[in-house]
Amino acid sequence: MGLAKRIIPCLDVDAGRVVKGVNFIGIRDAGDPVEIAKRYNQQGADEITFLDITASHQNRGTTVDMVERIAGEVFIPLTVGGGIRTCDDIRTMLNAGADKVSINTAAVTNPDFVREAADRFGSQCIVVAIDAKRVSADGETPRWEIFTHGGRKPTGLDAVEWARTMVEYGAGELLLTSMDRDGTKAGFDIGVTRAIVDAVGVPVIASGGVGTLDHLVAGVKEGGADAVLAASIFHFGEYSIPDAKRYMQEHGIEMRL
Amino acid sequence: MTIAVIDYGMGNLHSVAKALEHVTHEHVVVTRDPRRIQGATRVVLPGQGAIRDCMGELERTELRGVVLELIANQSKPLLGVCVGQQMLLEHSEENDGIECLNFMPGKVRRFADNLRDASGERLKVPHMGWNRVVQRHAHPLWEGIEDGARFYFVHSYYVDAADDSSVFGTTEYGGVHAHVAVGRGSVFAVQFHPEKSAGDGLRLLENFVNWAP
Repeated sequence: MGLAKRIIPCLDVDAGRVVKGVNFIGIRDAGDPVEIAKRYNQQGADEITFLDITASHQNRGTTVDMVERIAGEVFIPLTVGGGIRTCDDIRTMLNAGADKVSINTAAVTNPDFVREAADRFGSQCIVVAIDAKRVSADGETPRWEIFTHGGRKPTGLDAVEWARTMVEYGAGELLLTSMDRDGTKAGFDIGVTRAIVDAVGVPVIASGGVGTLDHLVAGVKEGGADAVLAASIFHFGEYSIPDAKRYMQEHGIEMRL
Repeated sequence: MTIAVIDYGMGNLHSVAKALEHVTHEHVVVTRDPRRIQGATRVVLPGQGAIRDCMGELERTELRGVVLELIANQSKPLLGVCVGQQMLLEHSEENDGIECLNFMPGKVRRFADNLRDASGERLKVPHMGWNRVVQRHAHPLWEGIEDGARFYFVHSYYVDAADDSSVFGTTEYGGVHAHVAVGRGSVFAVQFHPEKSAGDGLRLLENFVNWAP
């Protein structure tokens, strides 16, 4: 009996509305991030991740307002990502009530930013998002590279090496998304998850590809992930958070029920 | 009736203040003004990041003396959170060794890097997530909270208090039983984040607001 594995529903937000569709029974205004965050909180989500997917300058105010409203009503950890490029961005989000920020592209273009952010705010609030795509052919030793711009732009960086580097620079947690699996509902890429989990000493959140509750179990038991992140299986009401937690618990994973 | 959250520049003060506002109608202020802290009915000492920076900032903002006086006088309830708990001990191993406020005997130690769980999986440091808190002694702040309830943690160092009577809660991680809730007199301090621990966390804050030691 010890530390529970975490389930993290992810809200992809564009101009103040949750996209990818959300369909909770009984909620009409399904796109409001604050309502959705409250609902996940009531269901027993262990954390919430808020991803500003457009992250445009003009949306910043809306995002800050949303984060403030969520943090005023939802008393579980809140991670905010999307367009975090400077220490001022981090300060703004932490002041709005975020507990952690997720740094993605800016970590690739300027790795020292991660070091600076961890020094200034502490590793506990610095999550580095890693978007990995398999680049080896079938039959070759598996290899994954870091891609940016939603999986379109290769960087040439080896994903496992990059994960190690980011932890050295001060990342307190890694959010690993398989760009091959994201949106496919075919399950996590267990290979890259296990490779990165074994390479670093900080918690790893597996993301990208969840379609069934068995995928969540595999992410933890085979991939070794400390937390699993999913959006659509929860948004569309296919499964609730309590369904997922009970199922994982029945499969021998310690959960907070 | 005012609750002062001490703002010495370290910690997610807004989360603590918002959670307190959620459980009480008392006035919550985030402040570094010694007079407002001294004049408050209750005080929260948060803390996040490296303990060297926390102790350093407490010194720099000239609040070290204010905090020491509060805990020595036992004049009002004080709640320490996260590094705000660790700072109450004698000494921390972090940052090559840091002298702390020495309110209670004991040390702050680091989780080893080679901890493993029962299935052999390597345990991560920081200890991050929801873990069980076993209530070693009864305390008004545990009122209405089940023994073994889960709270949210994120830390790499943990309190190892020397005096068992000051230990109110423990959490097991990789075989280590960390002293995650300690207290004496009008002081209670926790390693976990009640402001991020959903219903049980809010209940603990509510208990703090109603506590009359």
